[in-house]
Amino acid sequence: MTRNVILAGVGGQGLLSIAAVLGEAARHEGLFLKQSEVHGMAQRGGVVQSHVRFGDRPIHSDLIREGTAGLVLSLEPMETLRYLPFLSPAGVLVTASAPTRNIPDYPDLTAILNEIGAVPGARVIDAAGLAKEAGSARATNMVILGAGAPFLGMPEAALAVGIEAVFARKGTSVVETNLRAFHLGLEAGSAG
Amino acid sequence: MPIQLLLGDEALARGAIDAGLSAAYAYPGTPSTEITEYAIASPESQRGTIHCRWTANEKTALEAALGASYAGKRAMASMKHVGLNVAADPFVNAAIAGAHGGLIITVADDPSMHSSQNEQDSRLYTELALIPCIEPADQQEAYRAPAHAFALSERNRIPVMIRLTTRLAHSRATVAVGESREQNTLSLPPDPRRYILLPAIARGSYEDLVSRQPDLVRESEESPFNSFSDGADTSLGIVACGIAHNYVQEVYDGSCPHPIIKIGQYPVPASLVARLLECCPRIVVFEDGYPFLEGKLRGFPGRQTPEIIGRLSGHLPRTGELGPRVVGRALGIDGPKERSSSSTPVARPPALCPGCPHADTCRALTAAIASSGAGSARVFSDIGCYTLGALPPYEAIDTCVEMGSSITMARGAADAGLAPVLALIGDSTFTHSGMTGLLDCVNDDVNLTVVIVDNGTVAMTGGQRSAAESRLVAICAGLGVARDHIRVIEPLPGNHDANVAVLGTEIAHDGVSVVIAERECIQTARRKAPKNDPKGERG
Repeated sequence: MTRNVILAGVGGQGLLSIAAVLGEAARHEGLFLKQSEVHGMAQRGGVVQSHVRFGDRPIHSDLIREGTAGLVLSLEPMETLRYLPFLSPAGVLVTASAPTRNIPDYPDLTAILNEIGAVPGARVIDAAGLAKEAGSARATNMVILGAGAPFLGMPEAALAVGIEAVFARKGTSVVETNLRAFHLGLEAGSAG
Repeated sequence: MPIQLLLGDEALARGAIDAGLSAAYAYPGTPSTEITEYAIASPESQRGTIHCRWTANEKTALEAALGASYAGKRAMASMKHVGLNVAADPFVNAAIAGAHGGLIITVADDPSMHSSQNEQDSRLYTELALIPCIEPADQQEAYRAPAHAFALSERNRIPVMIRLTTRLAHSRATVAVGESREQNTLSLPPDPRRYILLPAIARGSYEDLVSRQPDLVRESEESPFNSFSDGADTSLGIVACGIAHNYVQEVYDGSCPHPIIKIGQYPVPASLVARLLECCPRIVVFEDGYPFLEGKLRGFPGRQTPEIIGRLSGHLPRTGELGPRVVGRALGIDGPKERSSSSTPVARPPALCPGCPHADTCRALTAAIASSGAGSARVFSDIGCYTLGALPPYEAIDTCVEMGSSITMARGAADAGLAPVLALIGDSTFTHSGMTGLLDCVNDDVNLTVVIVDNGTVAMTGGQRSAAESRLVAICAGLGVARDHIRVIEPLPGNHDANVAVLGTEIAHDGVSVVIAERECIQTARRKAPKNDPKGERG
């Protein structure tokens, strides 16, 4: 079957690193993959999203059809709500709790979190806090990947291989920090 | 064959290198940038066995590629769709002069204008130049396209366009990578006079180009990038161009019941299309970009046998990129029930990075205009990160039309009587197509102030080499700007008052002034000093 995942966030949050890890994991598993990204102007603090699709048979469309994403994985709460039409009837929302308020008219956070909470099975993760615990605030993205891992349909070991592949050029300590963040996220997501 | 995870852009670059590419030239522009980034970073380029370079603009890139082709080598120029407007002169005339070594012009279109000011469709340019176009449907085809295009180019002595769109350019997939071919040896064209486009010679070359069009149609009809697949249900026939074919396959889960033509090479494969028109009373055309093929099939309005539907008929939106939902709806196939969208999220426009030098320049500029008492001042600006200075909280610029238009539009407005008039342009945009406009201003002693924001890089596209290379003072002086009206400021918050004073003085000067606001892009500066960034741990 084909797994459809929407990644959501704001430019500069490391969303494309999540996409890269999923890509490497899929390749490691010998799966077909298509993963559409946003480059260019939006990366300057604007809305960033990625459509990730993988599975055991060839994938046609680079874009996910509305109503068919099994998972929306988000680094920012308001951004999560942008992609509700993509979520399948049984789909799961996993989002970081901390808002990125780089706009003057950011809506009321409590209302946003209530709206997310109304989606059955939604998980709101203190990703920034867990990333700090793992050793780097910048590993927030890997916390969220970990929290979403139980719903990805991708073996945990393959995701770990993906993390190693993506962060290897930055040295072993960076790899270890990101793996720690991933595992803290995994625990939080499973507990949720 | 080894499997690699590649963006459409990267697959195309890898495919070109494996197909014997000797030279690649480009000016950066979303969504084409990653083609040349990949080529420059490739082991072949790093070893020096192929020559890959950023150039001053798209025109110089295409002309350099044409020169390499003249010398018998396989060459490619890459650009975004609006870049082809800049390179349109060599694009059209290279078709008449012809190719010797294989010559590819890769153009990445941006339907839905994700990062562009329009969604022009480059396929229309291939009709203007009378050359073939390959439009890959997926990353694997993007990898295969250059080998096919180089061979097509050499066989027909003609440049070939490869057209990508954002969705393929910026989508990653597993790609099977094959063996590489040797580069061509150096050789001169057998008929070198055809590169001298004097009318007497060009007339013959143009006749020859026109007379070879049926060969190009035959090439399309036999191309592996075009195919006709039968379907039992002939009540509808489908034409799907490039990645639109993927959406049709997605909607039918890989088993389309209707006859379908997949188009990946132009000119239009006439015999395939004729076959579809004969067997189906109704034809739907899916294509990203303009209704290029749909318009051809419709012919004159009112001629409706068979019925042609698509963007022109209203069955598909006239503008914007296609996707599985709009394609599904046009085919009458509903997807799963969708949740309603939330009204909570507000727009989150891109913004200048915290610490960006352009932010300081915008603030100083606005303050200088305010303190000069010239509320009527207009700031003509240009394409780059600083275009974001149009948005709050800066609201520092009044125009942004196309590359280089700041200085020239400012000049026209000044000639028309507006005062004071300013132009705000980046270092790379200035060397791309601002310098000639400044020369005009100097020659006509126009009263304007040009602010060049020099961050030392092509920032918006990710930090490519800027052709200005910190030589702006010398360039402006060389163009004839009076040396004492070329001022250099450092845009930092601490220098605000001093910078406002410099800008105020130059705005007051009756004549051409250039103020160069020089400070490195915060992004490239950060990348160069990773050790000083304790948080620099993200991929």
